[in-house]
Amino acid sequence: MNLRAVQAIYMNEMQRFFRTILQSFVSPVISTSLYFVVFGAAIGSRIETVEGVSYGAFIVPGLIMLSVIMQSISNASFGIYFPKFTGTVFELLSAPINFLEIVIGFVGAAATKALFIGMVILGTAAVFIDLTILHPVAMVLFLVLTCLAFALLGFIIGIWAKNFEQLQLVPLLVVTPLVFLGGSFYSTEMLPPVWQTITHFNPVFYLISGFRWAFFGVADVAVGWSLLAVAIFFAICLGLVARIFQTGWRIRD
Amino acid sequence: MSAILEIRDLRKVYDGGFEALKGVTLDIEEGEILALLGPNGAGKTTLISTLCGITEPTSGTATVAGYDIKTQYREARKLIGLVPQEINLEPFSYVETNLHFSRGIFGKPRDTAKVEEVLRKLALWEKRSNRVRELSGGMKRRVLIGKALAHEPRVLFLDEPTAGVDVSLRKEMWDVVAELKKQGVTIILTTHYIEEAEAMADRVAVIRGGEILMVEKTGDLMRRLGRKELTVELREPLAEIPAPLAEYDLELSADGLSLTYRYDTQADRTGIAGLMRAFSEAGIILRDLHTSQSSLEEIFVGLVEGEGEAQ
Ligand SMILES: Nc1ncnc2c1ncn2[C@@H]1O[C@H](COP(=O)(O)OP(=O)(O)OP(=O)(O)O)[C@@H](O)[C@H]1O
Ligand SMILES: [Mg+2]
Repeated sequence: MNLRAVQAIYMNEMQRFFRTILQSFVSPVISTSLYFVVFGAAIGSRIETVEGVSYGAFIVPGLIMLSVIMQSISNASFGIYFPKFTGTVFELLSAPINFLEIVIGFVGAAATKALFIGMVILGTAAVFIDLTILHPVAMVLFLVLTCLAFALLGFIIGIWAKNFEQLQLVPLLVVTPLVFLGGSFYSTEMLPPVWQTITHFNPVFYLISGFRWAFFGVADVAVGWSLLAVAIFFAICLGLVARIFQTGWRIRD
Repeated sequence: MSAILEIRDLRKVYDGGFEALKGVTLDIEEGEILALLGPNGAGKTTLISTLCGITEPTSGTATVAGYDIKTQYREARKLIGLVPQEINLEPFSYVETNLHFSRGIFGKPRDTAKVEEVLRKLALWEKRSNRVRELSGGMKRRVLIGKALAHEPRVLFLDEPTAGVDVSLRKEMWDVVAELKKQGVTIILTTHYIEEAEAMADRVAVIRGGEILMVEKTGDLMRRLGRKELTVELREPLAEIPAPLAEYDLELSADGLSLTYRYDTQADRTGIAGLMRAFSEAGIILRDLHTSQSSLEEIFVGLVEGEGEAQ
C-alpha cells in the first residue's frame, strides 16, 4: 500500500475544500436556516407532529441526508472528473499506485467534506429546535456509511462522464428524485398505499428511515433492513469500482 | 553499459482497431540520451504512454531496471519520470504544491529542500507561490519537468520538450537535459527536428508508422543521412555551370540565378572553402547564400533508398 500516495491525493483534494472553507461552511448554514423557516415555521405550524415527533425535528435527518448525499456525489464525481478534464490524470496513471489507493484518496476526501457539511447542518438545526439523538453511535455509523457509499457512486459517475452535462445528469435525474421521494420531509405512511409500495424500492428510503430511527427511535421500516440496504448499496458501488479497476474502463486506452 | 530499459515486441492496437505500435523492440542504455525521431502520428507518444502505464500494451513486454512494467509496476514506475506532450496541469493549483503532490504520489516523503532544488534548477523558484494559470507557456512546460523530476527518477521521458518553446528557452531546455545526463539520468526524448536530435542525443531511433526503422549513434546517422544544402544566389544569371566549378556537384536553378551545393555535415572537409575560392576564381559575384539541413522526410527517403540498395 502506497500510503504516501493516498495521503497526497486526499490532502490535495482537501486543499481545494480548505481554500473555500468559508463558502463550504456558510452555504449549508444558510440553506438549512431557510428550510427551517419554510418547512419548520410555515408548514410545521399546520402539521403538529409526525410519528410523535415535532415536524421541525422530524425533517432534520432527511435534511442532513439530502445534503450529505448530494455533497458526496458532487465532490467525488467532480474530484475524479476534473483531472480527466485537465489531463492531469496522466500523473495518477503513471504513478506507482493502484486503483484502490486512488479510490481511497478521492472517495475519502469527498466523504470527509460531506461529513463536515452534515455536521454543520446538524449544528445549525440544533440552534432552531430542541434535538435529542437517541442512538448517537448508530447515527454516526449511518452518516459515515452514507457519505462513503454515495462518494463511491459519485466516483463512478465521474469516471463514466465524458462531459460536464453527463456529470450533472445522474445527480439531477436519478438521485434528486430518489432523495425527495425517499421520505426526507414526510413519513411514507402519509402516502397512498401504491406509493408506499413503490417507495420500498427506493434505497434512499431505507437510509433516511434508519437515520431517523437513530435520532428518534421511530422508523418506517425496521432498522435492520435499513442497515442491510446501506450495506448492499455500498457493496454494489464497491463491486462496480473494482470492475472499473480491472478493465481500466474509461481511464486507460 | 547495460540496458536500463528493455522493450520487447511491444504492440498497441487502440480500441478503434488502429495499430499504433507494430512490435517495437528497443534497448536503452543506462545514462544515455535517446531521441525518438519521427513525424506526426509515428507512435512516439503511444510508445511512451505504454511504457509509463497510461495506455495498456496489447502484447509484448518491457522492463525498467529489470522490473516488468505490468507485473512489477510499482518498482518500475518509481524509477520513471514523464513529461507529457500536452500541458496537463490544473490551472488553479500552485507551482510548489504541484511538485510536492508529485513526490507524494510516487511514494516519496515530503522534502522541501529537494523541491526547492528542482524549482531553482528550472528557474521557477521566483514563481513557486504562483498559480499555474499565471505562468507563461514555457514556464508551464518547466513545471511539468519539475513534477517529473520531483521524485528523482532514473529514467526521464520528455515528449517533445521544446514544442512551442522559443529559441532561448529551447537552449535552456537542452542545458537542463545535459545537466540531468551528467547526474546519470537516462533520457528518452521525442522530437520532429533533426537538429534537436543531433544537438542532444547520443543515439537516435527513427520511428514511423509504429515501427522503429533504425537505431544509430547520432554521429553515424548524421554522417549517413544528415546532408546539408548550400544555396548560393547570384548577381548575374548563368547559362551553365562554369568549368572551374565542374568538379563540385552543383545544381543550377532554371532561372540561372542560384546554385545548390550538397555536402555532408559530418565529413572532415565539407568542401565549402574550396567552392568559395572557385567562385571568386570564376569571377562569379554572389548576392546571398544560405544553408538548410535535410528534412525528416528526406531522411526517410534516404533510409528507404538505403534499404533498396541492401536488397
Ligand atoms: N487514444 C487513441 N485512440 C485511437 N488512436 C490513437 C489514440 N492515440 C493515438 N492514436 C493514433 O495512434 C497513432 C500514433 O499516435 P501518437 O500520438 O503516438 O503519435 P506521435 O508520434 O506522438 O505524433 P506527434 O508527433 O504528432 O505527437 C496516430 O495515428 C494516432 O491517431
Ligand atoms: Mg506525440
